[in-house]
Amino acid sequence: MSPSMNTKTIKEIVVISGKGGTGKTSVTAALASLGPQKVLADCDVDAADLHLVLAPKNIRTEDFVAGERAFINTDSCVDCGLCLEHCRYGAVSEDFQIIPENCEGCGVCAFVCPEDAAVMLPRTCGVWHVAETRFGSMVHARLGIAEENSGKLVTTVRKTARELAEAQGASLILTDGPPGIGCPVIASLGGANLAIAVAEPTTSALHDLKRVFGLTKHFDIPLMVIINKSGINEETAKVIRDYCKDNGVEVAGTLPYDKAFTQAQINAMSVVEYDPEGRGKDLAAIWERIQTRLNQQDQ
Amino acid sequence: MRIAIASGKGGTGKTTVVANLAVHLKNSKHSVAVADCDVEEPNLHLFLNPHLDIEKTAVVPIPEVDNELCTGDDCGLCAQLCRFKSLILMAGEVMVFPELCHGCGLCTLACPEKAITEGSRAIGVVRSGKANCIPFTEGEMKIGEAMAPPLIEEVKAASPQCDIELIDCPPGTSCPVIKALDGVDFAVLVTEPTPFGLHDLDLAVLTLRQLRIPFGVVINRDGMGNSCVHDYLNREKITLLGAIPHSLKAAQAYSKGLLHVGNVEGFDDHYAKLWENIQQSIGEARS
Repeated sequence: MSPSMNTKTIKEIVVISGKGGTGKTSVTAALASLGPQKVLADCDVDAADLHLVLAPKNIRTEDFVAGERAFINTDSCVDCGLCLEHCRYGAVSEDFQIIPENCEGCGVCAFVCPEDAAVMLPRTCGVWHVAETRFGSMVHARLGIAEENSGKLVTTVRKTARELAEAQGASLILTDGPPGIGCPVIASLGGANLAIAVAEPTTSALHDLKRVFGLTKHFDIPLMVIINKSGINEETAKVIRDYCKDNGVEVAGTLPYDKAFTQAQINAMSVVEYDPEGRGKDLAAIWERIQTRLNQQDQ
Repeated sequence: MRIAIASGKGGTGKTTVVANLAVHLKNSKHSVAVADCDVEEPNLHLFLNPHLDIEKTAVVPIPEVDNELCTGDDCGLCAQLCRFKSLILMAGEVMVFPELCHGCGLCTLACPEKAITEGSRAIGVVRSGKANCIPFTEGEMKIGEAMAPPLIEEVKAASPQCDIELIDCPPGTSCPVIKALDGVDFAVLVTEPTPFGLHDLDLAVLTLRQLRIPFGVVINRDGMGNSCVHDYLNREKITLLGAIPHSLKAAQAYSKGLLHVGNVEGFDDHYAKLWENIQQSIGEARS
């Protein structure tokens, strides 16, 4: 198969949630241990956790350089204050030093500086890795502390994952997404074949699921829902099911509130590995429904 | 005094701590205000049920090009200078992509023909009001909008001054959190006692140390996992402000949008103790 032909058959699934802590990473790790040959991508670059379960062995590490950051050379600075006056991000201190975590890299200070004391330098915002795991290759990253450009780092992770999938002839890219609905989530979703939202039966998660649904609709990405920790509140679990039904969103499955998820995490295992006969079977059934849905998209 | 409630990992209980602490403080006659800065997924209102009577659209500046004045191909300085590819020179005309604009104002400053002025683009709303006498402010970002920090800044600006202001932060360690943490006096990091909780707590600790903000840690759902977070706090000599026990009753109350204070037995004491420890920790940070 030529790489270009394979490109068309690679499916990309992104696991999201809106609200954090509903079980995205546990579900992603479980799905990683099922299904066909795949490439894994951790796009929660702010607080990546998938590696804690998958124990990736890094085979390639790259600095993530994106955008610029201002630097003020004190030797040539004449304290005129123009940079402070024009910076809209509070990134210039009263004594005309750059406060790095506030700098947006826009270049206004360098433009207004009459002495060329303010200069723009390339900015290393983090690091990304290509790795091997027991479930296939994985691309993961770590945004630097208090850094910018999480969306661009997500784009880099996804692009690398796609290149790997093409090179390996893998048919699936499985992505662990970030929480929220902002920049990194948008960067994780664009052009994906399917989004899977993990929701717990709580008032907060339902509220956030509705916003996630709005987001996937906005970007025209098909959505499936997994209801996790359903035992906490069966009534709200039903409200989520009804909401999904009313909005034409397929529920891929329901998972109970089960200590096995925490225990699996503590043992650095996916829940499919930790509890193959219990939750493992639930996840296998969920994977079947996801697979069916992906196959339908081809028809 | 501004106190941020933050965490690296999402879903550890930031909003729970803000809501319960706010009610505990109000019940003990403190002057307290709350600001929900998790503008992507604001949830605090679900627990405090505020009456929000003021709503303001939050906007960011975007360039507007007067094609009569613009010299197009002869100049192109704006497109050349814009770091965010928000302005592009195409077929002799400057095209603006507002959703890429960071509102820095460089194009307006740089245009030699004064052809660029600033218009505005709505990114969300800021709502204010009161929740049972507690001043309440929140932001809600528009769906499909990428940039949260300008909206977070507006939420903080709209929050009224009180003796104690509690700020509910977004998860993570990147720009939205940095904006929410800007100018706070103390941070409470909420985590859970699991490997994921520990890993992301460590990132949050590194962030606060870099920002030089004093902080302590609350372990939520203590007992659900293992001792890794306790061990880490001992090792790193970080103050444990409180440990809120893992409880199905607490999880069920939360699932219904109910507070723990006043609803779950024993939890009033946990929040009272938490506040005592926060005060003590702030005192020590100041001395």
